[in-house]
Order: sequence, then C-alpha cells, then structure tokens
Amino acid sequence: MITEDLIADHNLSAEEYSRILEILGREPNLVELGVFSAMWSEHCSYKSSRVHLKNLPTAGPRVIQGPGENAGIVDIGDGLAVAFKMESHNHPSYIEPYQGAATGVGGILRDIFTMGARPIASLDSLRFGRLDAPRMRHLVDGVVRGIAGYGNCIGIPTVAGETTFHPAYDRNILVNVMNVGIVEKDRIFRGRAEGVGNPVIYVGSKTGRDGIHGATMASEEFAGDETRQKRPTVQVGDPFTEKLLMEACLELFRTDAVVGIQDMGAAGLTSSSFEMAGRTGSGLEIDLSKVPVREEGMTPYEILLSESQERMLLVARSDRLATVLDVFRKWELEAVEIGKVTATGRVVLFFEGRIVADLPAAPLSERAPVYDRPRTPVVPVGSRGWEGLPEPADYGAALREILASPNVAQKSWIWTQYDHMVGTNTVERPGGDAGVLRIKGTSKAIAVKSDVNPFFCACDPYRGAAIAVAEAARSIAATGARPLAVTDCLNFGNPERPEIMGQFEAAVRGLSDACRALSVPVVSGNVSFYNETDGRPILPTPTVGMVGLLEDVSRRVRMPFARAGDRIALFGETADELGASEFLRTVHGRDEGPCPGVDLEAERRLVDLLVRLAGEGRLSSAHDVSDGGLAVALAECSMISGLGAEIALESGIRPSSLLYGETTGRAVVSFPPAGEDAVRAAAGSLGVPFRVVGAVGGDRLRITVGGRPIVDEPLAALSGLWTTAFARSLESAEVL
Amino acid sequence: MSAVPATRRRFAIVVFPGSNCDQDCYHVARELLGCEAEYVWHRDTDLKGADVVILPGGFAYGDYLRAGALARFSPVMETVARFAADGGPVLGICNGFQVLLEAGLLPGAVRVNRGLRYVCRDVHLRVENTGTAFTRLYRPGEVVTMPIGHMEGNYTAPPETLTELEHSGEVVFRYCDPEGRVTDEANPNGATAGIAGISNREGNVVGLMPHPDRSAEPLLGNDAGRKMFESAVLALAAP
Repeated sequence: MITEDLIADHNLSAEEYSRILEILGREPNLVELGVFSAMWSEHCSYKSSRVHLKNLPTAGPRVIQGPGENAGIVDIGDGLAVAFKMESHNHPSYIEPYQGAATGVGGILRDIFTMGARPIASLDSLRFGRLDAPRMRHLVDGVVRGIAGYGNCIGIPTVAGETTFHPAYDRNILVNVMNVGIVEKDRIFRGRAEGVGNPVIYVGSKTGRDGIHGATMASEEFAGDETRQKRPTVQVGDPFTEKLLMEACLELFRTDAVVGIQDMGAAGLTSSSFEMAGRTGSGLEIDLSKVPVREEGMTPYEILLSESQERMLLVARSDRLATVLDVFRKWELEAVEIGKVTATGRVVLFFEGRIVADLPAAPLSERAPVYDRPRTPVVPVGSRGWEGLPEPADYGAALREILASPNVAQKSWIWTQYDHMVGTNTVERPGGDAGVLRIKGTSKAIAVKSDVNPFFCACDPYRGAAIAVAEAARSIAATGARPLAVTDCLNFGNPERPEIMGQFEAAVRGLSDACRALSVPVVSGNVSFYNETDGRPILPTPTVGMVGLLEDVSRRVRMPFARAGDRIALFGETADELGASEFLRTVHGRDEGPCPGVDLEAERRLVDLLVRLAGEGRLSSAHDVSDGGLAVALAECSMISGLGAEIALESGIRPSSLLYGETTGRAVVSFPPAGEDAVRAAAGSLGVPFRVVGAVGGDRLRITVGGRPIVDEPLAALSGLWTTAFARSLESAEVL
Repeated sequence: MSAVPATRRRFAIVVFPGSNCDQDCYHVARELLGCEAEYVWHRDTDLKGADVVILPGGFAYGDYLRAGALARFSPVMETVARFAADGGPVLGICNGFQVLLEAGLLPGAVRVNRGLRYVCRDVHLRVENTGTAFTRLYRPGEVVTMPIGHMEGNYTAPPETLTELEHSGEVVFRYCDPEGRVTDEANPNGATAGIAGISNREGNVVGLMPHPDRSAEPLLGNDAGRKMFESAVLALAAP
C-alpha cells in the first residue's frame, strides 16, 4: 500500500505520483516506487533544467557524440577522438569529503572508459567556504586527499583545475571533476541494450547497502545537522577494483563481444538498466537474485537502488558470453549473467522466482516529467560605490595582498598531492593556463581547462557564464591549442525558488551565446541543483570544462617568460572595471559588482590570434589575464620563470583598474624584439588591440603608470609569498 | 661488442593488478630506445627471454596492507628472483622498488612520507654509484632531475644494514639540492641519509623511488632518466 508519507519519503510530488498511476494504469509496488523516485529525481532526469539545456549548441563538424550518453566525444583526426565529461559530487563531499570526492573521480572515470576510451587526464574544479569556517580545513584536506587517493591509485593524472573560496560555500562546497579520454573513432561503445536474447551481464564489485538513494539525496537541500544522518548514503570507493574494471573493460573492447555497456552510477542498477533499454526501445528481463551482493538479506529494493561503486552493466553478443566471463575472470572480478534483452520495451525484474517490478522502460528514462519552473528575472548586481574609493597608498602592497589571497595564491599544496605525471603524456603540468597532454603515436596534443568565476556569475549570471566560456577558450588558446568543445557542470541552488531558476536560465543563455560565438559545442554535462543549506544558496557556479587541439605539440606556448630581452605586449583593451575583482574583495573587503563586460566577437578574434601566432612559432610565452588582473598575470609569468620585467603602462583610467581590474578579452605575450612587427601585423589583421608594455629582464617586477613608478618588488619575495601563502593560510586557519 | 645489436634487447615489464606505470616503461623501452618489450602478467612464470626486467610503478594490489606486501607473493616474483640471482638486470621503480624490498631482493623498507602526504614533483638526485647495471652511463656525483610520485618513499633500514649499504656503495641515488648537497630541505620524504635508490651487492638489482620512466624524453621536461634504461642495454652489449 503506497501512502502519502511513502510518496513524500521518495521525494515525489502528488502530480508526479498521479503521472505514475497514469503510466502504469495501477498502483506501483514499493520497488517500483523506488525506481520512479530515482529515475525522476532531479539528478537523473534533469526535469527542471531540460527546457533550458535544449537551447545549448550541441552540434559541430567534429562532434561524434553529443549530450545524452555517458560522455561527449569529438574527433581529433588520425582516427582518434576525445571523450570527456564533467560531473559534480557536491553533496557527498560535504558529508564525507574523502569518500565523496574519491567516488566523484571514480564515477567520472567510468563514464569515460565505458565509451571505450582510455582516460588520460582528470581536472578538478573546487569551491570552498572561508578557511576559518567550521569544518572547512577538514573539508579542503579531505577533498584533496580523496581526489588524490582515487586518481593516484588508478593511475590517471590530475593535470589541471581551479579552487576558489567564498563564504557562500561555507556549508555547501562544490567538487566538480572532469575526465578526458582517448578513443579510436571506430571503437566507440554506448549504453544501448540491443539484440533480443543477448545476455545482460553484471560486472565489477558486489552490491552493498551503500549509497541507497544517493541520487535522491543529491536532489534535496540540506537542513540543520543532516550531514550526520545522511552519511550512510555516501558511497565508498575502491580505486584498485576500478583499475581492474577499467583494464578488463578496455581489454574486452578489443574483442567483438560487447553490444552496449553502461556504468552503474547515480541510481545504480536502476538507471543503467532503464536507460540502456530506454535508448533503444528494447526490454530487459533481470533476475535480481543473481546480482552479487556483499551482505545477506538484501531486498530487491536495496539491490536496485544501491550506489555501490565500481560496477557496470553490459549487454554482450549471445555467442560471446564466454569471452566476457574469461576476461573478467583474468582480472579477478565478478561477472554474472543476470538477464536477457527482450523486445517488450519493458524492464521486468525478478527476485527469488517472482516478479518484483514490471515497468515500461522509455517512459521512465526518456519521458520523465519536465518542468518549466517559475523564475524571476535576474537583476544584475551593480557597484555599491567602489568608484569613490581612494587609490591604494602602496600598489606593491596591494599586489602582495592579492598574491597571498587564497583565490590567487599558487595551489601547489593541492596539485603536488595529485599524481599529475603518470601516463607520461603531461607536457604542461598544473600551474599553467591549461593542462597539455601529448597524444602518443601522433604529433598532436590536447589542452584541457576548467573555468568559471563565480563572483562574476553572482553579479550577472548571463555574463559570468559567457565569460567562463571565453576565459576557458583564451586559456586553451594561450597554449596554442584551438578550442574544440565544452562540457559543463551547472551548480545552483534550489530550482523550486524562482530567483534560482532565473539565475539558471540566464547562465545557460550566457553559455549558449558564448559557445555559439566561439564555435565550441557543448557535448556533455551535468546539472547540480539544491546546493543550499538552511535556505542559503551557493553563488551560481556554471563550471565550464573545455578541450582544445594542438596540431603540433612542438608549437605549444608556455605561460612563464622565456628569455631576458623579450618584448612584453598586452592584447586587448583595459577598461575601468573593478567590479567583482579580487582587488575589491581582498584589499577593500568589498563584494560588489558590476561584472565586467564581455565582447564575444573580440574574444573570438583573440583566440584566433593566439592560435595563429603559436602555429607560426612567434611567441615566447602567453598568459590569459584573469583573476587579479594584469599585475597578477605579469607577476605569474615572472615568478614561474624567475625572470623579472620592466613594465610601462599608459594612464587614462585609474591605476588600480589598470593593474588589478579583471577586464575580459586580454592576454599577456612575450616575443623576441625581432618578431615584434610580425606580431603587431597579425594582431592588426585580426583587429586585436596590441600594445608593447615592457621587456623581460632583471630580478624585479617594476611597473610604471604614465611614467610614475608604482610597483617595484623583488621577484624572490613575491614568489616566496605566492608559492607558500596557501599552505600557510591552511595551517593558520584556527577551526578544524 | 655483443653479436646482438643493443636495440634488439628485450625488456620484460611485469604487470601486477594495480600496476599503472607499466605502459610508461613499455613506451620508454619500445618507442624511445627502440628495444623489444613484453608485458609479463603477474601470474606468468616465464619472462619470455627477457634481457632486462622492470617492476613498474603503481599500486600493486591497491597497496592494501602495505605497499608491495601482497605483490611479492605473485607467482612471477619467484622467476624474477631466479633471474636476479643469475645476474639478470632488474629495475624496480617506485612501487616496483617497494615490491623488491618486500620480496627481500633489496634490503630495508619504506615508511609513509614524513609530511604524511602524497608528493608529486621534480627532485634533484646525486648519482652515488655508477657501477650498477642501470647507472653506468652517469658520471659519479652527477646531479640529475627526476620526478617523484609517492606516499610511502621514506626509506630506512636497520643501522647495520645502512652501514653495509654505505660501505659497499649500494646507495645509488640520494636526494640533493641543485648543487648536489644532501640536505634535509632537499629530502622530500624523510628518507634516511637522503637515500632515493639502492642496489644489491652485485649491482644488477636496482630500486629507486623517483621515476626515470617519467623523465626519459625532453618533451616531458627532461630526459635524465633515459640513461638508466640505456645503461642496462649497454651493460648487456658490452659485458
């Protein structure tokens, strides 16, 4: 008997329940209710986001697989393709940071190797609260250890990422993990159940009681002390088993045995079986009694909704069952035939000889409820009067303060805990503009980057999201790579609140416009709603993951200055924009707008220019100008190289904007003096503003504005501060 | 000179469940050196006619219980031990070094890094012994750069073993600063006497925590590690 309480416990609305009655023509039993609850959870069904996501550009000449599969895939030539996706593991990571983050890595890896790709790099995009907020140091430490523990063990390098801090994440941190793999174009596998009579095979770890209803949990907000009660819904990861599972799957993919395969991720066996059947219109018969379990007495309900890690569901050719079982036996993993493909369009689940659920597949997976939720239009946050602030008495001191802030300080404390070199493809290690990985057997490389400035998005979600795309593209182009495609991970508050839905709609529009302008289709993604605790939402955080292609790895451009005597130039114009800058937050303690402007056509020209100059071998270095502004960008090029710089800027706007404003569409490059004319001509032909601002050399960073010296700092001191500030602020945070 | 060209030398790369640098070592042997290379599954007991055996880095058996503690029971290890006893060159890198220690093919043990964290970065190493099968192409005292990537690399041994290692020149690499000074600041994991790598008395079995496989081509930053692989080939070519 299904009571109202049961329905509410399953996070289903009254309307959703009547829709269930309509689809079934009868009352569901408890197992069936659990299946609906998981499949129609926000996490699995995208019911609040779908109407907006459909506006994203998803097609392009290189797109092999767009959204809707385990990962997106784009062609990179030579018979190869890149599979990639980003996903959130926010709620579990706040409850139990080590396992939450670790299983986030495990989940996204399975999405990649499920498609037949060998994962070659991970990225992590992390948002934390203030370091002195309760539990925050524990959360930072646990998340970093979790990502390291899983990624290092399985042997996939974590090569890039970003970490920012803001009080809005005090009680709802974000852990977004992206993975990128390489697949042969004609050896791509998808999550499809086909061929009547073909065996359905369960492989990987045994099923336990962990993570039951994890997807439903990720679709609620937290209140009070729930993190403790919810701990049992967090899964526990075993990277060793995943390593075996990955190698076994990749070995099996070299045979002709596999028809379709899908990771058992969110909502476990439920989502994998219903989605695999739903995509093809096939049916499945599965005997849950055959599922390998960790403990006795597990009910069909628990088996179906468990989110135990390191499991896959695959459909094999009926004459190749033995091949599948042999491969998994070699890797000492469970592999059990648990059912068959049928033509009924229904998923029929048996347990101990009786039917425990009998449901149509497609209505659950493909025709979940879709909501166009009410939304209030976003009112962009403007200035609260920063224009009237006095200029800093000491610009050098302001620079030091910004370099030592947790958002700008070098994050080597984090990335030295990640194995970022295993696989011997990492050409550009963490700390540059983007990770660069060579593709063995070719002359190519890919550049990978994750990006978003949530402070911009908080002021203006439309522009903030567009800037995230533009900035990722600029960072990729700074390495010389041509941006190819995007995955996104959209982290927002409760979509049932109109102001959150307003933010979401605006951000998706911003992504859409920017992806169109820069010709980078969105090929995969993830939405994470309900990121709020006790009614306080996070900043809108639409994380953008981007992949770019370098045709010739030897033409890549690095971020640090390369040679004393090189000219330094700035591409792009600097406006009088301090809104939402690190300068205002750190030096003045002010969190205000407006978000800087963005000119997507200008961004496109800048990307084209950077790629062209790299291809022609004209640049000694290139660096995107973003957090902390021009002064921080110059300091980074200097500190990493150990080469100083003499910079002379023209006045015109207030010097603080010139130095620390975060105007978009800019990059700092250096080149030999003899190459100046060629760089100038290329910039001119593409209509990108170009100005020589100084020269590389010495052991200090000196900046004059209108002839007046305003920064003169010894490089060693700046570097010492920047490289150690993050570890020191972690240590000095008093509250554990 | 040997009748067989150096490039025809064959590397065996042992694969334990959880090895994750096996392909990196294979790439060095095959693509960079142009030698032959074969993977040897941990259950195999045949080294397929190998001239050099590599135990690669990774997390054999997930490093459960203790790094290398389970891998040493793999059937292949008996064959590797016989190969080593017959004078065959065996190199253990990172987790492979941990397996050699657990298997007793090299003395001592590694503990968790003194910082209690995984550390992945470049380190400087001073070459202490150029008489081993894997270091003869280096200059004595040469300072080289290689990356490390480990949680348990804090080498130690009983005092009498350490004395013996020092006296018989079995310390092969030490962590040092760019000028070659062995200092505490230059020591990334707390290893006793800055020991990064050691050999057996005969010099045919070498183990080290740093990764020569990750520093074997300029594209990845430097190629200082390549000479370890080349040394082994040369050792065979000119016995």
